[in-house]
Amino acid sequence: MLTIIDPGPLTTIQDLGRFGFARFGVPVSGAMDMFALRAANLLVGNEANAAGLEVGIGDLMLEATDDCVLAAAGAGYDLFVNGRLMPLWMSILCRRGSVIEMRKSPGGCWGYVAVAGGIVCEPVLGSRATFVRGALGGLNGGPLRGGDTLPVGAPSQSPWQLAGREIPEMILPKYGEAITVDVIIGPQAERFADEGLRVFLSSEYAVSATSDRMGYRLQGATIAHRSGADIVSDGMVRGSAQVPASGEPMVMMADGPTTGGYPKIATVVSADFPALAQCAPGAGRVGFRATTVEAAQARYRAMMNGLRVIEPDDD
Amino acid sequence: MTRFFPVGDSALVVEFGDEIDPAINRRVHALTRLLSLDPLDGVAECAPTYRSLLVRYDPLALDYRAVAEWAQSKLSRAESLRPEGVRRIEVPTVYGGERGPDLEFVAQHNGLSPQEVIRIHSGAEYTVYMMGFTPGYPYMGKLDPAIAAPRLETPRTRVPAGSVGIAGLQTGIYPIDSPGGWRIIGFTPLALFDPNREPPFLFAPGDAVRFVPP
Repeated sequence: MLTIIDPGPLTTIQDLGRFGFARFGVPVSGAMDMFALRAANLLVGNEANAAGLEVGIGDLMLEATDDCVLAAAGAGYDLFVNGRLMPLWMSILCRRGSVIEMRKSPGGCWGYVAVAGGIVCEPVLGSRATFVRGALGGLNGGPLRGGDTLPVGAPSQSPWQLAGREIPEMILPKYGEAITVDVIIGPQAERFADEGLRVFLSSEYAVSATSDRMGYRLQGATIAHRSGADIVSDGMVRGSAQVPASGEPMVMMADGPTTGGYPKIATVVSADFPALAQCAPGAGRVGFRATTVEAAQARYRAMMNGLRVIEPDDD
Repeated sequence: MTRFFPVGDSALVVEFGDEIDPAINRRVHALTRLLSLDPLDGVAECAPTYRSLLVRYDPLALDYRAVAEWAQSKLSRAESLRPEGVRRIEVPTVYGGERGPDLEFVAQHNGLSPQEVIRIHSGAEYTVYMMGFTPGYPYMGKLDPAIAAPRLETPRTRVPAGSVGIAGLQTGIYPIDSPGGWRIIGFTPLALFDPNREPPFLFAPGDAVRFVPP
C-alpha cells in the first residue's frame, strides 16, 4: 500500500486511457506522457496499462506502507527516496516506511510513479484513469488528497528480480523545452489558405501557461482560414490541432473533448505526443513538421519495440 | 461525396458531408452499425458525429490502408441500409421556472409565448445526431426554427445536470454539472450518465427522443 502524505495540487491515478466510449463523449484521459507511464510499468514488471501516479504542477510526497519496488519516469521531476536523489527510468526497491518524493525541476511537467503490482482502485468504464472534469476514475474521480491510501496489487515477480532494471537513455523521447513534432496534415487542411499551412509548418509556438490536461494552447503566428473558423463538429483525438477564429492553434491532450467545431489543421503523431505533453506550459516552444502516416507508424512501432528491452523475459 | 482522411497515425475519418442534415446523419449511423457487426481486430472504436465517422485503430496492429479498405467495403450497403430498430426514449421534462431560466428569452426571441415554445419543443421527435462535450451529452435535432435561439454570449460556469437546452437548431441535455452556453429551457430528473449503472449512458447516437411535459 502507498499512503499519500502531500499530493501537491494535481496528482492523479492514470493508466493508458479509457477506450471505447468516445461515441458517448468520454475522452480517453490516461497518462499525458504515455511513454513514461508505460516504461515505468514495464520496469516494475507490470502490464503496460497498469495504473500509476501522475504528478503535475507541484511536488508529490508519499510513503511506502510496505516493502515495494517502484520506478519513476517522465520529465521535469526528480525522484527522492528518504531525501536521497535517485535516478528516473530505473526500478528501485523501497523498504517499508520509505518516504518517496517527486520534486519539480526544469525540463518537463509530468512525472510518473509506477509500483510493482499496480494501483488497484475500482475501474470505471474499463479504466482506472482519472478524468477530473467528468469526475471519473481514480479515487472518487478526483485528484489525490493527503492521507489517501492506495492499495497495490501483487507484483509479477519477486523484488530482487524486479529491482535494478533500467531503460537505456537512447530510447527515451527527445524531451525538451524547444521541440519539433511531426504532424499529419488534415483532416480539414482544405479549410486553410496555403499561406495558413505554410505559417503553421514554419513558425515556432509558445505553449501558453493556461494549457492543461485538456488542451495545449499555442501562442504565435496566426493561421489564416480559407472560409471562416466554424465547421460542423466532428471527431477529435489526442493530438488534434484545432485552429479557432483567433488563428492560434490548440492541440487536444489526454482529457480533450471527443468532438470539436473548429477546423483541424493537423494531428500530432503518436511517437511525438509524449514530448509535446512534456513541453511545459509557460516555458515550452514547439514547431511542426509534416510527415506521412506510414512514416509516423514506423516511428511509433520502433519506439514501442525499443521498450521490449525491459519487458520481463526472465534474465 | 464520401471522403476518407487520416486523423494522425491512429485514426481515420469517413466524411459524408459538412452540414447538419438528417439524411447525412442516417448514413453515418448506418455505417457505424455495419462496422460494429463485422469488427476488425485492432480497431478500438467507431465514433459517429453529425456528418462523419471517426475510426480509431491501433497502429501496432493495423495500417491505414487496411482500416480504410474495411470501412470502404461497407460503404455501399450503408447508403441503402434502412434505419431499423431505432430506440425511442421519452424524457419527462419540467419547463421554465428556476430550472429553465432561459424559457422566457427563447419565447421573446421568437415572438412566442412560453407555452408555445413548450408545445413546439415537446411536439417533435429528435434524433441523437452525436454525443460529445461531456460524457453522455446528446446533440439532438433538428429543432423547429420557430424556437431556435443563439448560445449565451458568456457561458454559465455551472449548468446543473439534467438541464435541457437549445443552441441554434439543436437541443441537448447536460448529463453532469458543467459549464455551458446553451439556453436552458427546462429540466429532466433522468440520469443521463451513471458509471455504476448498466448501461451507463441513457442515450446512444441514433436514438429517437421525445420531451414529455408533466
